[in-house]
Amino acid sequence: MTAILGKKLGMTSVFDEKGESLPCTVIEAGPCFVAQIKTKEKDGYEALQLGFEEKKERLVNKPLAGHFKKAGIAAKKLLREFRGFDVSKYQVGAEVRVDSIFAKGDIVSVQGQSKGKGFQGVVKRHHFGGGVRTHGQSDRQRAPGSIGSSSYPSRVFKGMRMAGRMGGENVTVKNLRVVQIIPESNLILILGSVPGYNNSYVEIHKEQ
Amino acid sequence: MDKMKLVEATQMKSDVPAFGPGDTIIVHVKVVEGDKERIQQFQGVVISRRGAGLGTTFTVRKVSNGVGVERIFPVHSPRVAKIEVLKAGRVRRAKMYYIRTLAAKQIRQKTSVS
Repeated sequence: MTAILGKKLGMTSVFDEKGESLPCTVIEAGPCFVAQIKTKEKDGYEALQLGFEEKKERLVNKPLAGHFKKAGIAAKKLLREFRGFDVSKYQVGAEVRVDSIFAKGDIVSVQGQSKGKGFQGVVKRHHFGGGVRTHGQSDRQRAPGSIGSSSYPSRVFKGMRMAGRMGGENVTVKNLRVVQIIPESNLILILGSVPGYNNSYVEIHKEQ
Repeated sequence: MDKMKLVEATQMKSDVPAFGPGDTIIVHVKVVEGDKERIQQFQGVVISRRGAGLGTTFTVRKVSNGVGVERIFPVHSPRVAKIEVLKAGRVRRAKMYYIRTLAAKQIRQKTSVS
């Protein structure tokens, strides 16, 4: 197993052994339960389906209730598949805890849905420089500039970077360090920031 | 959010004396030089305290050889070995930034208990 599901709780700072203050994100990771094992014979690929966070019984629809019953676990809010490792060591219904996968000092990547920024201009969205602020310019400070030539090709090329919706997409932040693990309360502290709002779901992957 | 507090609680000190702006204190700072470690003292007037939880910091000001020196310490930092309260001060502000422009005598008057 090289990954786990978690919930971003927020950021704080902790002191390391040298007394340096480290900015950390606190993630409640696991305990996850194996809901299903996908096998080469049956599904064409090998993967482990993990469930995270208890869900109230009355909120579970019947198809999912059957799925959880088959695995012998309580209903979960989030189901995700993970692959790329040996699944034969795991059994359906098994518990996956954060301290069984990660240790202090490990390098991890964290995937989550970034905060939605709404409709943003090119300066914020694509890091354009904007126009000059002096020399008699007006209305050019955050403008995109030219978006192409005129008579040929008489159109704007596809994929031209322009203003538009920003954020709210899946983002992976790589090469983050595990600062601390508190196994009793399933917490993992990761150096730096991770995508998403507080209380949003994230995947933590071990860097290969 | 109680789990966030739990993370901070693992490193919070419980033996920090009560002190606030206007108090004269000695901060015992651990200084690491090469592989040797020693304690350095920094004595001065607390002019501000800010933040909450593990991130609480305070500012100490002293005048050293005619030059004003201010240092900001995190209350719960492992490098702050001990905080000693020498004299309690009675002040009306939470942030004592105005003493930067005052003479030593005026500072004494401003922070005196009587």
